[in-house]
Amino acid sequence: MSGAKFHAIMLGPQRFTPTVGEVVARFHCRGPVAVVTAGWQEREPEDEELREAIGLPAVNLRLHARAEAVFAAHPELFQSHRERQDRLRQLQHLYRRRLRYAMDAVRELQGLVERPPLGMSVSRLQDEVRAALAAVCDLDRRHQAQVAEVLKAHRDARAIADTPELARHQNEVKQLIEQSDVVAIAGGHVASLLNRLRLFEVARALPGRHLLAWSAGAMVLGEEIVLFHDCPPQGQGDAEILGAGLGVLPNVLALPHASRRLLLDDRERVDRFARRFAPKKCIALDPGGEVAFVSSGAGPWELAEVRAPVLQEGGICN
Amino acid sequence: MQLAIHSLLQHGPVTQAELEAFLARHSFPLVEGRHVTFVYRGAVDAVRLRHFIFGLPTAQPFTQVPGTDVWYYVLELPPKSRVEYKFELQHGGRAHWIRDPLNPFIARDPYGANSVCQGQDYVRPPWVEHDPEAREGTLEELILQQTPFGEPRRVTVYLPARYRPSRRYNLLVVHDGGDFLRYANFRTVLDNLIHRLEVAPMIVALTHPGERLVEYPDDPRHAAMICEHLVPELQARYPLMPLPSARGLMGASFGAVASLSTAWRYPEMFGRLMLLSGSFAFTDIGEHTRGPNFDAVVKFVNAFRERPGRPSEKVFVSCGTYESLIYENRSMVPRLQATGMDVRYVEARDGHNWEAWRDRMREGLSWLFPGPLWMVYE
Repeated sequence: MSGAKFHAIMLGPQRFTPTVGEVVARFHCRGPVAVVTAGWQEREPEDEELREAIGLPAVNLRLHARAEAVFAAHPELFQSHRERQDRLRQLQHLYRRRLRYAMDAVRELQGLVERPPLGMSVSRLQDEVRAALAAVCDLDRRHQAQVAEVLKAHRDARAIADTPELARHQNEVKQLIEQSDVVAIAGGHVASLLNRLRLFEVARALPGRHLLAWSAGAMVLGEEIVLFHDCPPQGQGDAEILGAGLGVLPNVLALPHASRRLLLDDRERVDRFARRFAPKKCIALDPGGEVAFVSSGAGPWELAEVRAPVLQEGGICN
Repeated sequence: MQLAIHSLLQHGPVTQAELEAFLARHSFPLVEGRHVTFVYRGAVDAVRLRHFIFGLPTAQPFTQVPGTDVWYYVLELPPKSRVEYKFELQHGGRAHWIRDPLNPFIARDPYGANSVCQGQDYVRPPWVEHDPEAREGTLEELILQQTPFGEPRRVTVYLPARYRPSRRYNLLVVHDGGDFLRYANFRTVLDNLIHRLEVAPMIVALTHPGERLVEYPDDPRHAAMICEHLVPELQARYPLMPLPSARGLMGASFGAVASLSTAWRYPEMFGRLMLLSGSFAFTDIGEHTRGPNFDAVVKFVNAFRERPGRPSEKVFVSCGTYESLIYENRSMVPRLQATGMDVRYVEARDGHNWEAWRDRMREGLSWLFPGPLWMVYE
């Protein structure tokens, strides 16, 4: 941990084998730790076990409760938030419909590579797989751009002067973070968490703090958020882009509960996943896993160490 | 591929040592591809397989291995089949049924228990087993004091793990709820599917019927009890979403008839239906032959088929292909679809039993009440 002023660590899930206390101890700080449990939604205040695991004084930023208070104070903001979310859901629905067929094409062609029809060369089929995958990536980019457009339009339409309660809470959150050595972001509902972090502009206050994040918390700190499950009870289980993350920690895609949610032994699926989201490192963040970043404080975070399996072309790399 | 039993018998009389080795080497019933060998050992006059597969003769005679007290029968069974059965033993002019002594797998129902044959590629779903990681929901009892039956009725209410009065929940009303708890491991199934985020956290009202054969086939008192007494009582006690899409009604066999007829009588009440092996007997002409218990069923189903209306929004229908009701359920599907409802129909190679209904829960409930699987990473 020496040589860098600040550390950011993505962790695996913490429910059964919490490592958060041990990692906080490596920072050699006295606290307080600013805790975000907004992903737990209405269970946000139930953070006793987490506080105990952290082992330092902690202050919960209560972003979920603050959002409820802000929405209650500014019904028009709540209304516009709901409309935005409805629009995003529509976009996700349309994207998912197209994605299913695009991914079917990739799967079908990958299958042909394994069993090439008579007179068709493997290299020719591999070209087709690449092209089909590129079409999926185009679709992903288009969706992400559309989501960004909706978010920007919503942001632009909001006059901060018209929402004094929001401004007050943003300021309080900023102060609480500035008084803390560490910001710890727990998992939960990824969209809800992301929305609250955005609403209170948490990312702006993060430079100059150590960061800890796990599960959905790790996902939102990345550049883009990918929803994933290989064996859902309904549908094919094609990973899908939710949209941009906060973009704090670069070049990685955190995949919490990977062993439970992904068929990591299925080389074809792993290969497809890794190629689709390249050049980002797709990291299987199971309990005990860690991804470390360092920063001078003012500068961007740089990836320093990965202590977790990485999904790569051709299979998993431990 | 030669079956193990045929290999044993191919060289003529079997020695005691060969027989003992055969029995010790295999577990029974012995599944070899599409063939299942059932074995019984004992001093009896005859053995028959009594299974619950509609379409096959109900009693299949075993063959005795010459000079021994071992009997066997080979059944051809399609992949992914699950069959409940018993052995009928005949001895001294008397016959009685027993479970297969060599088979540890049994399924319980209100009439006792059967042995279970798990055919090739049948996999007992992992989510029916207790998962120590899954947080457990709780059960509490509610007594409906006033009902159209003029007597109180008991309802068991399942509250999901981490239940919060500050949150709003879906409601699922389950006919024969006590039997679902006892024979379909329903509490564990709910705990697991909710824990896995595959099904939304929900409040489940598990009803206990009076005279189900009377009350379930389109008895207006039953529909009124559910819609005018139970649902309002639950809405008063628990934080339920006040939308049809957040209310479901489920039942199996006659319970499926009760679910459909209740939704038919109160079309704005339940936006989700789960109809398992519905006893949807009907006639196109003439009389039915299913006995007096089905008189009211046939009357209702005929009326429904004539004027189905639009009782719900989404309907999950399932039936076992080894049930006598498969024809009726297949016939119901286009009628349901014609109403404009979103209908999903699923068949399984299974019979009319609680574990078959248990095995459909993941697919049905996750379709009707999808959980936040894609959004929650804890």
